[in-house]
Amino acid sequence: MVSFSLFLVSLDASLCMTRWPALKRIGVKEFWISWLEGLMLPILSVALGVLAFGLFAWFGGYSPVQVWALLFKGAFGDAFSWQNSLQRAAPLILTGLCVAIPAQAGLIVIGGEGALVVGGLACAALPVFVNVPGGLLGTAEILLASFLAGGAWISLVGLMRQFKGVNETISSLLMSYIAINLFKFVVEDLMRDPASLNKPSTKPLADSLLIGGMWGYDVHWGLLWGLVLCVLAYLWLSLSTHGFATRVVGGNPKAAQLVGLPVNTLVVVACALGGGCAGLAGGIQVAAVHTAANASLIEGLGYTGILVSFVARHQPLALIPVAILLGGFGAAGSMLQRHLGLPDASVHVLLGLVLVITLASEAFRGRLGVAILKREAVSVV
Amino acid sequence: MDFVLNIGVAMIGGAIRVGTPFLFVSLGECLTEKSGRINLGLEGVLVFSAMAGFAGSHWSGEAWAGVVAACLAGGLWGLLHGLLCAMPRVNDIAMGIGLMLLGVGVAFYLGKPLIQPQAALLQGIPLGAWSESVQIQSALNINPLFPLGALLAVGLSWALGHTRLGLELRMVGDSAEAARTLGASVQGLRILATTLGGMIAGMGGASLSLYYPGSWNEGLSSGQGLIAVALVIFARWSPINCLYAALIFGGAGAIGPALQSVGISKGYNLFNAIPYALTLLILIFTCAPNRTIKGSPCELSVSR
Repeated sequence: MVSFSLFLVSLDASLCMTRWPALKRIGVKEFWISWLEGLMLPILSVALGVLAFGLFAWFGGYSPVQVWALLFKGAFGDAFSWQNSLQRAAPLILTGLCVAIPAQAGLIVIGGEGALVVGGLACAALPVFVNVPGGLLGTAEILLASFLAGGAWISLVGLMRQFKGVNETISSLLMSYIAINLFKFVVEDLMRDPASLNKPSTKPLADSLLIGGMWGYDVHWGLLWGLVLCVLAYLWLSLSTHGFATRVVGGNPKAAQLVGLPVNTLVVVACALGGGCAGLAGGIQVAAVHTAANASLIEGLGYTGILVSFVARHQPLALIPVAILLGGFGAAGSMLQRHLGLPDASVHVLLGLVLVITLASEAFRGRLGVAILKREAVSVV
Repeated sequence: MDFVLNIGVAMIGGAIRVGTPFLFVSLGECLTEKSGRINLGLEGVLVFSAMAGFAGSHWSGEAWAGVVAACLAGGLWGLLHGLLCAMPRVNDIAMGIGLMLLGVGVAFYLGKPLIQPQAALLQGIPLGAWSESVQIQSALNINPLFPLGALLAVGLSWALGHTRLGLELRMVGDSAEAARTLGASVQGLRILATTLGGMIAGMGGASLSLYYPGSWNEGLSSGQGLIAVALVIFARWSPINCLYAALIFGGAGAIGPALQSVGISKGYNLFNAIPYALTLLILIFTCAPNRTIKGSPCELSVSR
């Protein structure tokens, strides 16, 4: 057992050196080509998506140049829009992790919305049933509750897949719909605060439990949670034995089974960790933005997280810039609506275009290197 | 006795009313999956074609023109999915998610001006005209698309089993290698199946916006397209079984709105969760690890 884990650690150490052994094998030039390609493909895809969105708006009679300008201005034009973008990015990083971590174990889980809703509910419900201390300790408790609730929710998806053979993509999305209906039932019937007249809500959290802005800015501390968890996920996946074993399962489940890895446990744990992140996103949204669990929580953050993770190619560290970018698009969407009168669904069109083009760009992976090497081969001849 | 009859008839009527979109989407998905590809984006097709159907009916003033428009819109989306997935290394499940999000977004975007206006709706077939009772008459006022869907299920089942094209389609779905060896165009047949599947699913969209609930708004479809994907697994890839499965699910889905109409507002959200929970339970009981389900096309990635 000890020697086995030593073997895994050594194998892992070699891999975590960001493909340096590969560098020896394939040579410096090819290494940088593949690195550059990995960076350029998503960037080009996003750029193409933005371009396509401008043309789409053009068909509707809007000036594409104005649309592009406003997209930039609304997302990253000034300090205010930066704050807005970062604030929107905070939950997206976490819901992105809900897709990215199970993806490392080879699962396409798209039920982050469900985990987020369950987590938000747990966070709002805990102080009602349990005596929660005020201040930081209490905030930590309610956030832990949301993490655990979301983790339990998505680990069900992993359990169903490993022990019953149920496809995780379908089951996780079905579970989202179940979670949303359960959430509405609890908020509107079971735990409704009688004071919430027009908009059914649970009892609002005590002021001492709320999460405030970082150093007086609008951006709340939830963003830091997202950043920290991304780094932790990266370290876990690339440095720890357990994380490496998870990636082996994702790469080749049969081989993982053959070398005796506990495949079922690894998959369920990956699901639980991912779901926990989405649950935490729900908890943070409640504690930092909505102050109580109500229908405002169901705004599609879980679905945008799918997009974040796919554009970031399920790499935890890459989630951060992608989430900020897509959060920025979300911020710019309301600006497009106000200034140009575009429908509020235009952000969904933009995000959909970006995702579809990113997925289609997979077809061009490896072409850049081949093209350069071919030209060299010709010049040698 | 009359009471029992009324309830029974109301159940059947509700099952047909709510089940018709399920029927079309599951038939479309069934055809697509027979070719070995899964289109997870039928939820997007459903919403997009519902919008197109409503728009077609609104502008032409003729409900059946709306059905044709929905059909074409669904086919367009299916074609897009088929073409994109024919590119190398493009994952059909991921692309389905992408097109689902894009389809819903485009439908909401283009459908914004259609939320207020009225459109000509499909007229029901009054099968209950024999009865004196108003309840039975309204319950048996059948969606005209439903008999069409039932015919389509039978026709599809026959075509898959007894025509050359059907055989080739199934061959592509069971072994792309074998099909290629025999000279069939694997990608071409898959694109064809995905497009036709999208067209059939588009009829489901027309049923949503032109019959029941019979309007266009952003909450029109809530996962029916996705449930239908799971229904195909339950129906073991048989079009005739899709018909039964759609009726069962229509019945389950009719419970929530029925209770709401009677005035039970407390807990109706729980009843709305029933179809999803039922789908999940069915998946748990029909699937098993380490073996493929009987009737599953071997090339399919989802039934592993």
